Amino acid sequence: MANFDLLMHGFGIAITPMHLMLMVGGVLMGLIVGVLPGLGAPNGVSLLIPLTFALDPTSAIILLSSMYWGALFGGSTTSILFNIPGEPSSVATTFDGYPMARSGQSTRALTLAFMSAGFGALLGVIVITLLAGWASQFALKFGAPEYFAVYFLAFAAFIGMGSAAPMKTMVSLAAGLLLASVGMDSVTGSIRLTFGFEDLLGGISFLVVVIGLFGIGELLSTVQEGLRFRGVASKIDLRDVLKTIAELPRYWATYIRSGLIGIWMGITPGGPTAASFMSYGIARSSSRKGAAFGTGRPEGIVAPETADHSAGSCAMLPMLALGVPSSATAAVMMGGLMIWGLTPGPMLFATQPDFVWGLIASMYVSNLIGVVLVLATVPMFAALLRIPFTIIGPMIVAICFVGAYTVSNATFDLWVVLVFGLVGYLFSRLDYPLAPLVLAMVLGHKAENAFHQSMVLSDGSLSIFFANPLVSSIMVLGIALLVLPKLVAFGSRFRRQVPVE
Amino acid sequence: MTKTKIGLLAATALTLAAPALAEFAPSRPVEFVVASGAGGGTDNFARTIQAVLTRDEIVERPIVVLNKGGGSGAEAFLYARQNKGDPHKLIFGTNNVYLLPHVAKLAYTTEDLQPVAALALDEFLVWVKADSPYENVMDLVNAAKEAPGTIPFGGSQSKDTDETLVALIEQTTGADFKYVPFNGGGEVGVQLAGGHVAANVNNPNENAGQWQAGAIRPLCVFAPQRMAESEPISGDMGWHDIPTCTEQGLEIESYQMPRTVWLPAGTDPEVLAYYEAALQKVSESQDWKDYLTKTSQSASFLTGEELAKFIETSEANAVKVFEAEGWTAQ
Repeated sequence: MANFDLLMHGFGIAITPMHLMLMVGGVLMGLIVGVLPGLGAPNGVSLLIPLTFALDPTSAIILLSSMYWGALFGGSTTSILFNIPGEPSSVATTFDGYPMARSGQSTRALTLAFMSAGFGALLGVIVITLLAGWASQFALKFGAPEYFAVYFLAFAAFIGMGSAAPMKTMVSLAAGLLLASVGMDSVTGSIRLTFGFEDLLGGISFLVVVIGLFGIGELLSTVQEGLRFRGVASKIDLRDVLKTIAELPRYWATYIRSGLIGIWMGITPGGPTAASFMSYGIARSSSRKGAAFGTGRPEGIVAPETADHSAGSCAMLPMLALGVPSSATAAVMMGGLMIWGLTPGPMLFATQPDFVWGLIASMYVSNLIGVVLVLATVPMFAALLRIPFTIIGPMIVAICFVGAYTVSNATFDLWVVLVFGLVGYLFSRLDYPLAPLVLAMVLGHKAENAFHQSMVLSDGSLSIFFANPLVSSIMVLGIALLVLPKLVAFGSRFRRQVPVE
Repeated sequence: MTKTKIGLLAATALTLAAPALAEFAPSRPVEFVVASGAGGGTDNFARTIQAVLTRDEIVERPIVVLNKGGGSGAEAFLYARQNKGDPHKLIFGTNNVYLLPHVAKLAYTTEDLQPVAALALDEFLVWVKADSPYENVMDLVNAAKEAPGTIPFGGSQSKDTDETLVALIEQTTGADFKYVPFNGGGEVGVQLAGGHVAANVNNPNENAGQWQAGAIRPLCVFAPQRMAESEPISGDMGWHDIPTCTEQGLEIESYQMPRTVWLPAGTDPEVLAYYEAALQKVSESQDWKDYLTKTSQSASFLTGEELAKFIETSEANAVKVFEAEGWTAQ
């Protein structure tokens, strides 16, 4: 086990008083950055990079990655408490996390999220440790058609078992795809759907739309229901935390499945956001009580959180070994790497073992620190829900707008938040699902690029998606996920009347 | 000494004295607007300058880096137009500042920005997979002539520097490649290492890691002379051992991408002088030299007349390619 020896060597580097301090500091800063929507992990990390010039590269990457973990933990907090995702990857957590918190179980929801996140991260790091050499070889096999197949699978997994009316899902999905195509298309270089608005040239920021849809939209619904904050906090007690921890083993199947999805999406690299959506979709379709999702099911929190964090940690691997960042934060860290004079690539593992294994070892330690810190603060976060709506309501509006502004310092984005706040409100009033829209906005552009590139490569022949065993198996899996649930539903209806749950 | 020479000397003395006479210094935090996403080549360029300016206290106000990479960087240049005359904003780009308006219909022109300085030249190389049959750039060109439109050539973005270079190779040799645009140089490097495209024209920095690992190898560099001596990167090959493309018989003498800094148009001349002096100090610092070596870029500090001339030539050459390909927007 050469990797094991290297890991032990890494622990020797990571566990020094100085590095432990950097980890605690990084995680705490990350928590703050993650809780504030808009000021996400990529912004936080890029703000920190100039400060790292005084550190050696190993200390610097430990500080930056700790902040990333902290931000991932923090992002789930606001998703659950206020329905405002702090990070794009925690959007899926709002689907069940917010209903659970609203029904008075905020401590349970937060504990579930944090424990799952910790478990996911741990799983991811173990995989990195074991597969450091092999995974980069696997990722090289992914060309444009394979990427498209992965995105197709993510769509299929999420939509195949949608509980909303099929036509409404289609409308929501199409709206998302349309929004994703605004701006300059990188394959043809042409400018689309900007209607002469200069502000639309860079496209519509996904995060800004999400802040509007979820944050402002939810607030408007609350106002309609009589200005009462719907999340009435239960008694907050450390015993609740422990009780929730005790129920965790019940969801072992969800944990393992979500962890695997996260690892796969982290390495390939589909990214944590895609991973969390896909994992949520699969958890929903494989659940026997499919309809109860979206009302505060524990699995609905466990699945996206586990996948999000295992993908987040696994994303470090393609970044280090291939120079391909699979998340925005990894991209910023890679910029840092180059400024410190390290070249990401397959040789980094051979030429800089202290750096690579110091980082991997630090991921074990700082995620542990993250879970402890964040659990210790659960009662504090959950207590936020006891603040009367008249105070917290305006604060949420302020946070939403400040968050949206920080995404790219554009005043135009403030209007986008307002418009999508109304859209979010209308969608929830008229029972249109928001999730397909969000998913299409995240993956629409990437899927389109991959499809277009594949078409250029194959001179327009669709057979490229079945040209080799890897791409065909992913495509077949995707088609199966899309079609099978409907067939099964149809089949069982044919045999006997299904009792409605 | 002739009259013109004396005149030139006087002019130089005046320019040098200008910063001392006009007392411009930033009174607010300075914004560095980067025309690319975080982590790209332009981003590293801006952040290195930010680090030197802050650490050596050349600019005494805080410097904030802002990424506006939308629309191949057009977002940043439009931002310059919206902030006409603002002396607290510097825009960081490449040749895209003056080339983009030629290929896309955009709401800004080059006149909306004032060039401050070019600090480096990034080289372009032809790269192939390590086990590919092409030993020489002409092998690749001839293969594309024999089977027109079948050899996939990867590059970042569309109608940007990479596709322009590929088009230039095609126009020079009569070869016909299948150009596939990806999102960035790093991605194209991996696509090449995985064998999904046959070749790419990445900058040294973007492919160094894969070359080091022996997954890909360079064929030639588009420069009038070979690159500077360096430590061996792969085996016993260093940057200097790569032949130029003209040596191999591909008649493209030079294709380089400048790393440029701009101000919004309409600022006072002393503002320009202030930033020119500050950037000059950066270009002389050891950190800057280290950055150039690490990223294998060539040093080249251009301001004023020299810069204007460089931009003019570079723009004219590119527009010729655009016209031949029919890319020009109206």
